[in-house]
Parts: sequence; C-alpha cells; structure tokens
Amino acid sequence: MKANIFIALRLTAVSLLLCAGIYTLLIRACAQLAPNKGKGMMCTQKGQSYYSNIGQAFTEDRYFNSRPSAVGYNAAGSGGSNKGSNNPGYRAQVQERIDRFMAHNPGIPKSKIPVDLVTASGSGLDPDISEAAASVQVKRIAAVRSIDEAVLQQLVEQHTEKPLLGLFGPSRINVLELNIALDNISK
Amino acid sequence: MNTAILGPVLMFLATIVLALPLGKYMAKVYRNEPTFLNRVFNPIDRFLFKISGVDPGREQSWQQQMLALLTINVVWFLLGMLVLMNQGRLPLNPDHNPGQSAYLAFNTVISFLVNCNLQHYSGESGLSYLGQLYLMFLQFVTAATGMAAAVTVFYALQKDTLSTLGNFYNFFVRSLTRILIPISVIIALIFLARGMPMTFAGKSRMQTLQGDTVQVSTGPVAAFVPIKHLGTNGGGFFGANSAHPFENPDYLSNMVAMVSQMLIPFAMIFALGYFLKNRKLSLMIFGVMTAGFIALLIPTMLQEMKGNPHIAQMGIDNALGAMEGKEVRFGAASSAFWSIATTVISTGSVNAMHDSFMPLSGMNQMLAMMTNCFYGGCGVGILNFFIFMILAVFISGLMVGRTPEFMGKKIEAREMKIAMIIALLHPFLILAGTALSAAFPALTLSTLNNPGAHGLSEILYEYTSAAANNGSGFEGLGDNTPWWNISTGVVLLLARFLPIIGPVAIAGSLAAKKYIPESSGTLKTDTGTFGLMVLAVIALVAALSFFPALTLGPIADYFSF
Repeated sequence: MKANIFIALRLTAVSLLLCAGIYTLLIRACAQLAPNKGKGMMCTQKGQSYYSNIGQAFTEDRYFNSRPSAVGYNAAGSGGSNKGSNNPGYRAQVQERIDRFMAHNPGIPKSKIPVDLVTASGSGLDPDISEAAASVQVKRIAAVRSIDEAVLQQLVEQHTEKPLLGLFGPSRINVLELNIALDNISK
Repeated sequence: MNTAILGPVLMFLATIVLALPLGKYMAKVYRNEPTFLNRVFNPIDRFLFKISGVDPGREQSWQQQMLALLTINVVWFLLGMLVLMNQGRLPLNPDHNPGQSAYLAFNTVISFLVNCNLQHYSGESGLSYLGQLYLMFLQFVTAATGMAAAVTVFYALQKDTLSTLGNFYNFFVRSLTRILIPISVIIALIFLARGMPMTFAGKSRMQTLQGDTVQVSTGPVAAFVPIKHLGTNGGGFFGANSAHPFENPDYLSNMVAMVSQMLIPFAMIFALGYFLKNRKLSLMIFGVMTAGFIALLIPTMLQEMKGNPHIAQMGIDNALGAMEGKEVRFGAASSAFWSIATTVISTGSVNAMHDSFMPLSGMNQMLAMMTNCFYGGCGVGILNFFIFMILAVFISGLMVGRTPEFMGKKIEAREMKIAMIIALLHPFLILAGTALSAAFPALTLSTLNNPGAHGLSEILYEYTSAAANNGSGFEGLGDNTPWWNISTGVVLLLARFLPIIGPVAIAGSLAAKKYIPESSGTLKTDTGTFGLMVLAVIALVAALSFFPALTLGPIADYFSF
C-alpha cells in the first residue's frame, strides 16, 4: 500500500508535467505559426478589430440582424435558452419575435421568415445566419439605406459560405463580415 | 442526398477507416510489441517509469491493479480540490475568477476524475487557466485509466490460465504517451489552423460594429479541446461547450471533433479483436453497438430536421429544422448526429443544447446513456458491454441447456452475481436519484428551467448523465446547489469505479480458470445469433427498468404537443 502511494504521488507529478506542462507549451509554441498567432481570428474595420467568429448583436434596421441570443452576445459567458420545445412561455417568445420581424419588415410574407431568425443559438454567440435569413432582410435594408435591392442580394451571395468542399454541412453567412461589407458600400 | 446528411455519413465512415489501423496499433502497444514509433516513445516511457519508481515488467493480479488505480485516483482528487478551491490566489488567473466553493469543487473534481465532466460552472467565470489546465490533465489521465482497465480485461480473456494480468502503471503510461498525447497534438494542430485560440491572455473588452460594449473570453482552448474529445471526456472550456465559436469554429473543426471522440471507442473494439486474434468477436461487438447507435440516431435526425411543429404552425419557413439551441454552421442534422454520438460514447460534449431538442430526441439521448454500452467511453464502454455479454451467455446457456461459457471459460455463480449487481446498479442510481429529487421539490423545483413533464426530464437527464459518466445535461437545470453537487457527485463516484472494478473482477476470475477447448456443445459467442441475443438483453434491461420513468418525462412531453 505504501509503495502504491509513493508511486501514485510521483507518477502524478511527472504526468502532470507531461500533460499539463510540456504538452501545453508545445501547442502554445505551434500557435505562433497559426492564423493570428492563436489569438483568435480577427477582422478589422476603420481601425477597430473584431473577433470574426464571435457573433455580435445586430438589432438595428440598417444592419443585417443576427439571431436572438440567450446571453445578449456578451462573450464573457455563453449558452442557449435551454427552453423545451413544448414550453408555452417559449412558444409565446417565438411568436413575439415573428411579430417583431413582421413589424420591421413590411411587405415580407410570414412564410418567408426562416426559423433561425426567431430561435436562439446554442452558444448565444452564433456568428452566422442562413442564406434565407439574409435574403429576407434585403428589402428592409435597401429601403433604410437607399441601395438597390439587386446590389444587396449580390452582396449576400458573395458572402455566402458554401458547404465544406461543396459537399458537407449547411451553407452560412457570417453576419459581421456581411455588415462590414454593407457599411463599405454605403457610407 | 443533401449536404446536411452527407456530413454525418462522412464522419462515421472516416472514424471506421481511422480506427482500424489505430486498433491494430493499440493491440501492439498493449502487447508490448515493437512499433515503428518505439524509438521516440521508449526513452520517454523509461524516463516516466524511472521518476515514478515503476517497474513496468512487474506482473500484478487484478486486485493489485485495482488498488493501484484507486490510490492514484485519490491523489488526483485531493490535488484537484486544492487547486480549484484556491485558484483565485494561484497564478494563471488573468480574469480574477474566484476559488470554487467546497461543494462545487467536490462536484467538479469528481466529475472530471470519473471522466464525466458534468460541469456545474461555466468555464468563462468559474475557472482560472490553472484550474482549466488541471482539468485538462484529468482529461488525459482518466481516459488512460479507463483504457488501462479495459486492457486488463483483454489480458484476462486469453486462453491461458493466468493469475496476473500485466501491470496497471505500464498500461496507463503507454496509453498516455503512445496514444492519447500524440493524437491530441495532431488534432490540436488542425484546430489551430482553423483559428481556435491558444493564448493565456484574459478577457478583452471591445466595442461591436453596432456600438455596444461587450467582453470576450479566450484562453488556451486549442490545447484543451483535443483531449476533451479524444478521451471521451466532454468537459467544455467555455460554458456553451462545443457550440461556442472559439471551441468549435466551423464545420471542419466539428467533423474533426466528432471523429476524434468516436475514434478510441471504435479502435478499442478493433484492438480487442487484434489482441485476442479473434476478428469475428470484434465484428460481432461492433455490429451490435452500431445497430443500437443507428436505431437511436435515425429517429433523432429525422425529428430535428423536421423541426418544431409548434413553430411550423406559426406559419414561418421551418426548412432548417429545429434550430433552438443549435448553431447555423452545424445545422439540425449534424447537431442531431452529434447529440446521439456524444451520449452513446459518454463524451457528453455538446454542439447544441439538448434541453431544446424535440422530446423524443431527448429520450433517445437518455436511452443512449441508459444503455451506456453502444461504443461507450474510453475503455469503459467495452467493460460495460462485457457485462451484457456475460448476461447474454448465461441466459442463452439456460435457454439451450448448456453450461454457460465465455471464451472457453466457465461462467459460474460468482461471475453472475457481480454481473447482475453491475447491470442493476446503473438503473438503480438513475431512478433512485430521480425519485429522491422529485420527492423533495423544495430542493429541486426552483432549479428547473421548464414546467411540466420536461422539468422531470431535466432531473432524469441529470442523473442519467451522471450515472453514465457522460457529462452532458439539459443545461437549463440550475445545478450549482449543494443538493445537485453532492447527490450527483455520489452517483458519479459509484457509477465510475464499481463498473470498472466489477468487469475486471469477473475477467480476473475467468482468467484463473482452466480453458475448455471448443466442442460441439459450446455456445459460440462470436456469431450474429449471439449478437442478437446481446442486443435483446440490452434492450430488455433498458426497456424494463427505464420505460416507466421515460413515460413520465419525454413521452408525456411528446403527447402533450
């Protein structure tokens, strides 16, 4: 038993050194060769830099809106609403989001509102929306910014990230990058 | 087929393709045979053995191995309590996060120690980087512990009559240095290339394009996440686990994470076949597990892709499926695939919030953990399956009137008693925990996030996850209370160590018996028929013990739509 305890202590020390120490430092060193040296992917606009894959709240009519978030896009935390699919309070909340969207986007039929725009993501920091969710907002933004709808639609298509190798997973649009491009074409 | 379904298909096939050679390699590693990597790893192992005073060639009985396993786990537990309760004062804490309370630290350390990672805190605010690194260390060593225990069983299933079964420390160190660490490095490199952060800088404050002020947490994520998946641990760096864009930036990282969590459970099955030179046995096991996995997977994917009928009724475009709690970059199909993979495998990492899945999808996630042996966790999955094989041998032996034998060794009263206790322990812990929590609403009612049947599902899920050492949750549950921390902590401990010791004890006792050569009277255990028998036993045990509880939770939830 005594031998077991001594071995346990020493083996813990040396495997701690290996797994938490050397391994971590090795990955940290490799990070120097990674995009942006492992500080997270950034994009910049007018001297400001932003994490490109941490979603931001876009609630104003002049921007492509992002998805609802349970944490208000404050990345000091993260998480979903965890509402059950059958929860009456949750259903009322979704209905409210639909009504809000209809009020801000006159002339858009209800059947065109994609579900990702009225449901909260898992992380609360979802950087993306679906292609349909961007297209459905084109009309509103065109009116607010006085830009041709066709120009905006083209912008949406340019920023659509296709499935991996064209084969795997959904296509998506990074809302932050789309809105930066939007700001750039209309000052 | 559309791109949403092709993704999961590729993930599953890629895992098999990678797991076959890995299984062969693992069998060699555990048989102490030379591999092409010996030149690199031999000196490292020698150094580790020398410092820790281990003679890797010293043979141990199964009892000695279990004693060694438990002793070192006690050391990890004590050290973990020390680190987590004092992390506020220790270095590597740029965000000035406080030390954990004794209750929370107890639950956190236990749940990482048992390879579960329930996480009643959020990584952003509940841990310093030193705390994270210690938990990362636990993710490595607990996976290695599970694998070492499985290898003990591998040794025991050989034909020879054995009183010793190799050396626990040897299996443990080899699992770390020759399997877990090198593969983690490769995965980390891919993650780094996809832009996963690896920094020791703290939170940054920034202004958004729209002009709001927010804070963004980062950390040494790219080192932490590989072993989280590879070791089937599942403890997230951030609160949102693999739904967080830093922890899982895109579809490629999602696929890599998925493959790496299925990899070792698959490879372990193939390793058993190579180790015992019995490929048919590992095919039978893999077939049964895959049948169970697919049976849970397909309905879940279909339901999530179909979406929430309540929302469809509101008249909007519901084509993307059930998107509450899911990320656009993964979509409903991949999230559903992940949710079943992570629950059959005991990883418990999530890339979507299980609480918001459709009721019957939630039921399938629970069933995956209730059976707890379709692939299963690193090493321990095969141990759980072993128990069901013993049960199936016994039952089919009775049915056809033959002496129950497994791999040429007689199964007698002692082995059956242990197998029964272990098989019943799992439903006992889940149902007793749930019943107690429901019986004392003062302790639990205010912690539920949803009313009605779904609230009961939250309780049932929490104990199922704890007993399966899974670690995922219906995360709406406000589980950082003394009741949840202590009750799940106790369940975690019992559900980890007894199901390791039980199978090893059976295997140890079988190993000591005389080998009986196969004859016409032998019940073959590597055939499809026997596979069906095992599947039936698993289904019976799960259905009979859990069906009433599931009726009150997810099934009631479904019928109240």
